[in-house]
Amino acid sequence: MSPHLSATCVISVADLRKRLGEVDAVDGISFTVGHGELFGFLGPNGAGKTTTINMLTGLSRPDAGTIRIAGIDCTQTPRAAQHLLGVVPDESNLYGELTGFENLSFCAALYGLGRAEREERARRLLSELGLAEAGDRKFAGYSKGMKRKLAFAAGVIHEPRILFLDEPTTGIDVASARQLRERIADLHDRETTIFLTTHYIEEAERLCDRIAFIVAGRIVRIDRVEDLLQPIQGRHVVQISSPTVLDGLNDALSAAFPGLDCTLLRHGLLRIEADTPVPVGPLVRFLEDHGAEVSEARRMQLSLEDVFVRVTGIEAEALRKEKEKTGGPR
Amino acid sequence: MKRWIAFWSILTKDMRTYYLKPPNISWGIIFPLAWTGMFFIKSGGGLEDVQTLLPGVVAVSMLFGTTSMLSVAITFEKKMRSFERLLLAPIPFELLMLAKTSGAVIFGVANAFVPVIMALFLVDLSQVVWGLFIPAVVLIAIVSTFLGLFIAVAVSEVFEAQTFSNFFRFPMIFLCGLFFPVTALPVFLQPLAYALPLTYGVDILQGAVTGEHALPYALDFILLGLFCLVLFVASLWNIKRKWIT
Repeated sequence: MSPHLSATCVISVADLRKRLGEVDAVDGISFTVGHGELFGFLGPNGAGKTTTINMLTGLSRPDAGTIRIAGIDCTQTPRAAQHLLGVVPDESNLYGELTGFENLSFCAALYGLGRAEREERARRLLSELGLAEAGDRKFAGYSKGMKRKLAFAAGVIHEPRILFLDEPTTGIDVASARQLRERIADLHDRETTIFLTTHYIEEAERLCDRIAFIVAGRIVRIDRVEDLLQPIQGRHVVQISSPTVLDGLNDALSAAFPGLDCTLLRHGLLRIEADTPVPVGPLVRFLEDHGAEVSEARRMQLSLEDVFVRVTGIEAEALRKEKEKTGGPR
Repeated sequence: MKRWIAFWSILTKDMRTYYLKPPNISWGIIFPLAWTGMFFIKSGGGLEDVQTLLPGVVAVSMLFGTTSMLSVAITFEKKMRSFERLLLAPIPFELLMLAKTSGAVIFGVANAFVPVIMALFLVDLSQVVWGLFIPAVVLIAIVSTFLGLFIAVAVSEVFEAQTFSNFFRFPMIFLCGLFFPVTALPVFLQPLAYALPLTYGVDILQGAVTGEHALPYALDFILLGLFCLVLFVASLWNIKRKWIT
């Protein structure tokens, strides 16, 4: 158990619902987030992650359900807990006409920080995020990675107790994503309660204490990362690619190698799992004896992505395409 | 104190990023100049006509300046989602919107004094009742700003804000007694004139500059104040209904 997890419930959501047009964007979700916890909200695009954040931060009203933040009932008065919150939205929505420094100073002023304090914090954050030299340049001229970093700084400049991060590293360069993840880990170490939405499974695995999988507005599983990974620990996987048809061989393989779970992922791609190391040589020979041409046999490390695929039924391929669309895994 | 830091920051940010931009400053000078010139030529009168035209030019300058700037600024920020940052700030919603509109009110008041300063060089304004003129200018700036806010909330695109503004503004030029008295309008249009806030503001300005006014000043001020209140409350209600959905 993470040292930060505490019994104190900071965010409590019960049977939350929101309909957008004809779609149940959020369909009866319930969860709690403890003090100092880094809670991941993982799902594909359109799963309801941003809609949930909007309701939790007071930018949207739920159709049904209850929201309590730090004991404050935010269901009827959505903006009641905003003094406790920091939000890094999924878009870098700062002011293009202002410089990086001015943007940060302005955002700090919205939370009532005095001039000296906000300027000191703005300078420190710019320096920590590698933006010190760009601090006097207008935000409109920033690269995407710089914009995301500044948006992150704007969300944390008032040192909120609870931080909402909506896809903070989506579509940015490797170095910027790494810097942001380091900052998120720092805040977690300082016991900031963090609600992180992402569709980068590796990121969630690396950072989060607990993760909720959300698909089509419903939470399909919530668990601690180690508990999610537990069923796949000790499992051995080999993936075999072939330009020839493997369709008919699945049953023959299962009969010849009874300890192996064989799954035909798609035409020409076979996945074999076992509790003991998979005998790759005999397996390849068997396939070749049965007329299949094996182009590649690769041992795989199972990850949270595999758990996600099993729990949600969403194919890894679909997730990969989504990542490519938004800039790829960082 | 913290709330006022936020208020002041929103106001000064808007002044810098919108109202004090060179194109807007030049708009504030050229627009009243053009209107004065137009009506001066149309009337064919001498310099004494400047005084007669002054209330109308002051009112139209404020009306166009404030509604244009505020509706475009807010629609733009909504479109760019930077308005969300303000909605996330821990300040009362009413104070937030007052901060957001204060820049436009100041811009409107400044616009009003451009034709006044021009007129000072041309005619004697010593008989102007400034005690009436200045409060009327402030109230017209507020009511025009809140009209801009009402428009901004009703539309979603920046270009729609301009188009929809004109739907209100152009009829107001001709119906509110800016350049032709309301009593000179066809009888069936007169009730419409009295349903528009600018009619009462212009009536005070006319009284302050020329001494001629149709309604008691107290009634003008009360009705202008009521229009401000109704437009502000309606806009807030609309923002909560449409933007915090």
